[in-house]
Amino acid sequence: MSHRPSAGRVTSAKIVIAGGFGVGKTTLVGSVSEITPLTTEAIMTSAGVGVDDNRQVPGKMTTTVAMDFGRISIDRDLILYLFGTPGHTRFWFMWDELVRGAIGAVVMVDTRRLADCFAAIDFFEHRRLPYLIAINCFDGMQYHNAQDVRDALAISSDVPVVSCDARNRESTKNVLISLVEYVLTMRRTRAVAPA
Amino acid sequence: MPERDEPTGALVRPYAVTRGRTRPKLEIALEALVETTVRGRSGMMRGGQGGSEHQYIAAMCDGGRVQSLAEIAARMQLPLGVARVIVADMATDGLVAVYEPTSLDDETDAVGTELLERVLSGLRRL
Repeated sequence: MSHRPSAGRVTSAKIVIAGGFGVGKTTLVGSVSEITPLTTEAIMTSAGVGVDDNRQVPGKMTTTVAMDFGRISIDRDLILYLFGTPGHTRFWFMWDELVRGAIGAVVMVDTRRLADCFAAIDFFEHRRLPYLIAINCFDGMQYHNAQDVRDALAISSDVPVVSCDARNRESTKNVLISLVEYVLTMRRTRAVAPA
Repeated sequence: MPERDEPTGALVRPYAVTRGRTRPKLEIALEALVETTVRGRSGMMRGGQGGSEHQYIAAMCDGGRVQSLAEIAARMQLPLGVARVIVADMATDGLVAVYEPTSLDDETDAVGTELLERVLSGLRRL
């Protein structure tokens, strides 16, 4: 690992990997990351934890939120980070920080538990963060086709829906490529005809 | 299997290493890159004054090995907010340089589009 940043301006970018608990977020991150996925923790005291933890406790209760992430050196001066969202969507304080400045998000879906990704989709739509749906095919089998998933999620027709095997590097790479292509297409469309 | 991010309710003193300060002197993004400066390196050689955390971070981000704030926090097993306070102190003292991520907020901005094109070609080369 030898980055020589002094020449150009070193910079970074990030992609958010969302989806329900156990859908394969860390597996996906690990399949393309150049480092073993790391875990970073954010802490928050009870005062700010949010709607379902607003008990007025004397003293400070600490909540820890863990996020797994990986890293890809894109070129000499650009590093891409992939951040998995915390499993529990109630920790919105961390999601705010995760989406700030992000390229976009991959929403991973297990077709047997589709509803697990609803909160993530709502959040990204509300924040106007571009996202795509990646159906994780755990055993190489896809139980539903992309159109069924699109209908079930009631998402806009321009949101890409792709299948992947999160364990497979090439497959994960293709998911990330699809997302960035989608974001670029959206930007170019808007640049021509501003909304 | 208990989920890892369930609230633990543990009473901890995570900000002890920052002597109780929870507000960083600079806002630093999760993915902002940190690199040890010449000044930071010479401080490290001399033993420094900022305590072992400063030493550790200066060593970690030295020699062209830029690390994000998230990596520093993870590798030091410090909560993100604590690592942010320490790195911001070091940046204020000129011991590290912090490179903020390129903004993608302005959708018509050419810099953001160029960044996305670089990411795309980099991913294709992987």
